[in-house]
Amino acid sequence: MIDKATYQALGLTDDEYEAIVELLGRHPNELEVAMYSVMWSEHCSYKSSKVHLRRLPTTAPWVLVGPGEGAGVIDIGDDLAIAVRIESHNHPSAIEPYQGAATGVGGIIRDIFSMGARPIALMDPLRFGSLDDARTRYLVEGVVAGISGYGNSVGVPTVGGELVFDDCYRENPLVNVFCLGILPKSRLVFARAEGVGNLAVLLGSATGRDGIGGASVLASAGFDDSSATKRPSVQVGDPFEEKRLIEACLELLDEGLALGVQDLGAAGLSCAAAETAAATGAGMDVDFTQVPQREPNMNPIEIMTSESQERMLAIVTPENLDRVLALCARWEVRANVVGHVTDTGRFRIFSGSFTGNDPADMSRCVADIPCASLGQGPVYERPQARPLDHAEVLLADPAPELLAMFPDGTDLSGELLRLLSTPTIGDSSWVWRQYDHQLFLNTVVGPGGDATVLRLPDTERGLALSVDGKARFCRLDPNTGARLGVLEAARNVACSGAEPRALVNCLNFGNPEHPEVMWQFSQAVDGMSEACSALGIPVIGGNVSFYNESRGADIDPTPVVGVIGVIDSLAAPPPGMAFSPGEHVVTLGTTLGEFGGSEWAYVVHGIDGGSPPVADLDAARYLHGLIRDLVSRRVVSAVHDVSDGGYGVALAEMAIAGGVGASLIPEDDQSHAAWCFSESASRIVVTVPPEKLSEVLTAAADAKVAARDCGTTGGTRLIVNGVFDVAVSDLATTWRSAVPLALGVNE
Amino acid sequence: MARRVAVVVFPGTNCELDVARAISSLGAHTESVFHLEDSLGSAEAVIIPGGFAHGDYLRTGALAQFSPIMESVSAFAAAGGPVLGICNGFQILTETGLLPGALQKNAGLKFLCASVGLSVASNRSVLTRTTTVGDQLQIPINHFEGNYICDRETLAQMKANDQIVLRYTDNPNGSLDDIAGVSNEAGNVVGLMPHPERASAEILGSVDGLVLLESFLAPL
Repeated sequence: MIDKATYQALGLTDDEYEAIVELLGRHPNELEVAMYSVMWSEHCSYKSSKVHLRRLPTTAPWVLVGPGEGAGVIDIGDDLAIAVRIESHNHPSAIEPYQGAATGVGGIIRDIFSMGARPIALMDPLRFGSLDDARTRYLVEGVVAGISGYGNSVGVPTVGGELVFDDCYRENPLVNVFCLGILPKSRLVFARAEGVGNLAVLLGSATGRDGIGGASVLASAGFDDSSATKRPSVQVGDPFEEKRLIEACLELLDEGLALGVQDLGAAGLSCAAAETAAATGAGMDVDFTQVPQREPNMNPIEIMTSESQERMLAIVTPENLDRVLALCARWEVRANVVGHVTDTGRFRIFSGSFTGNDPADMSRCVADIPCASLGQGPVYERPQARPLDHAEVLLADPAPELLAMFPDGTDLSGELLRLLSTPTIGDSSWVWRQYDHQLFLNTVVGPGGDATVLRLPDTERGLALSVDGKARFCRLDPNTGARLGVLEAARNVACSGAEPRALVNCLNFGNPEHPEVMWQFSQAVDGMSEACSALGIPVIGGNVSFYNESRGADIDPTPVVGVIGVIDSLAAPPPGMAFSPGEHVVTLGTTLGEFGGSEWAYVVHGIDGGSPPVADLDAARYLHGLIRDLVSRRVVSAVHDVSDGGYGVALAEMAIAGGVGASLIPEDDQSHAAWCFSESASRIVVTVPPEKLSEVLTAAADAKVAARDCGTTGGTRLIVNGVFDVAVSDLATTWRSAVPLALGVNE
Repeated sequence: MARRVAVVVFPGTNCELDVARAISSLGAHTESVFHLEDSLGSAEAVIIPGGFAHGDYLRTGALAQFSPIMESVSAFAAAGGPVLGICNGFQILTETGLLPGALQKNAGLKFLCASVGLSVASNRSVLTRTTTVGDQLQIPINHFEGNYICDRETLAQMKANDQIVLRYTDNPNGSLDDIAGVSNEAGNVVGLMPHPERASAEILGSVDGLVLLESFLAPL
């Protein structure tokens, strides 16, 4: 019998342990309790988030697979489908940045090809503490090197991401990873074990003691008291193994040789085998001695729960086994039969050969549990509490202080340069130049634009992708902040002429046992839900990462979303953000004096508090419809979403991109500072050739979007009359050197 | 024009489909040849595409020379057949001894994916024979080990034989003498670090890579 200390060390509560005893009708043994502890962990079971996630809209006619599978899948026409997933690898990356980030990439790629999709794009939303901290600089370099090292080598381009700095992430960086794959609809496959007598074949790496417990609760456990067998709980990735695994698995599916495929993730083989069987109501018998091992004398617990990377489980018929083994041999991929499908509904693990029900076999049975029970973990409705100071925070509007410091008539040139020199706003190409972002020849707009644009091979169409999170807004008000994140991602996608088709979310939050964190979570889910419903975007998958805290301090609530849009006709690249001379600069949307959580207030001036910008969902819908129309008809020459740093930064980025200035007049019903640096939502800057100006203004009026002709492009300076006047070359130098300077690297 | 082009695939190769797509757009037919095969069939030209053959284990390109297909590639090259190594393919050709020199880590010690300017340095090779010396091309690089190096004698010899095919206009990786691509003495075997297939469509931002691939496919 397991003692209390043992199961508690594994993270199980007394009630959870009792529930296992009730399910089994007896006490579990060590191996069984190890499996439950992982599968019932927060990470795997979503026990604290489940009740909230149900509120998200998840359906649309084009959704083929919603949340709950390895990846969400949507139909994009032409018999093609897209599989998408987003995940976090926050804690491993905080401990060992290179391998933490690398194995995050590896894991999510397996989720995509386990659906039968070829992974064709990765994106990495990254959040770190301030770069004035040496350890943070080490984390940034390590994480970027890990993504580069693994992603490039495995042969999946990294086409976008985010790079955000805020001190709340100092000890707990956020390393999220998004992956997208493409598949012929006929190749869609699920993690299902069907057909009694069919074989479970383990593919890929040999199983080692690395990563036992992994990101889950086993890491600190006392299964093995011998310190000699302790290993780092961060797994080690091998992109070459994964590359061969991708090719072998996709070929197995193309040849119709695999009935079901499942990635080995948390709790390793035990979970993968039990889940595939639970999906069909079948059973599964596994012989752990058939699992190839990296080192001698591994015990069954180690073998069955190891999280060694680059392994998959395929369900194949006995008749096809020889072909499967030959195909894998060609790709130098290990393949071993480790079990078979039964009709018992039970997951049984044996030591040595077995045939099924022979009593002699049963004496070699080391675990015997109902398959479905691993997925029947507890569900918690944890207490929530709005932070006591929330109302006060919302009222602490930074506007009066800022406007008193910078009344109209103040030269804001220096303020603009200060914004451009912050690493969150500054050029992030130091990061993405280390990523292969071009492989497969699909990248029409790579990292650095509003949205990444990929062409879809053999069609006229394209995809637009954007990952965004507005954590500081979420800290001020999680509902509004979550809405704003969705709006920004959808707006970015709309700026390339795409219609949003799906959203995946990675919900990074603090400790769910803190009622304030659960309140933030619940509020954020509501905000996201409202925004997605208003824009008609189904949530097709996601990941919840709780316990992002250090020394009792929770991170800002950081829901990150990835929006996938479809562009119907992509004969030429969409307009970029670059100014070219002789065009009108037109602003779309309404500016209010909204400084709460803005880069200018918080990062440049250190003023916390206030309300985030209003997230008007109707205004967003009108604006997105308008910009999609203008971009599709190519009546605008340049387009840029307005986000961090407001119009000032958006205009500067457009000037830098084109190497062309502009001469503009600020809006007169707002203070100059507000017009420049407010972060009001749902705004876009476009440039328009003179002959198209009235057409654009009319279209905006018809779409109920405020539009204003602010002046014209040209010259070598960015001038806003009476507000700022800076040489484009100075803007460019400041913006380009922000990240390298902060990192202390030579460029 | 070479109609049948063999594209050699090792475990870890990842640019084979891109090369095939670019070559097909020029009207030629490509055939994927797995590294375990020992014949190039009726191929009229051979391309070793980019990627991470054998995981770049030991040293980039080092293990690939032991794959069975490389004997056929060497024989094909010796017989004067056009052979092109792109990126990892270039590294493989230097390790196999079909091209002089070696590729070491970039001077900045970082992987680098970026579009770079190139200048045609010789039009004596199969890759550049339809171009003019001094032609400027814009083509992406994508590598960690692209820093070309060779000993002084080899460099002098290459210069004397006009074997330096392409040079960077703004050296991104520390390559000796700005070298981006070289050929063997006969000019039928060429390796380059930039990826011509990535500059093969207007929508990707450049078609300059097609200039090189067209030359490679042109009749000998």
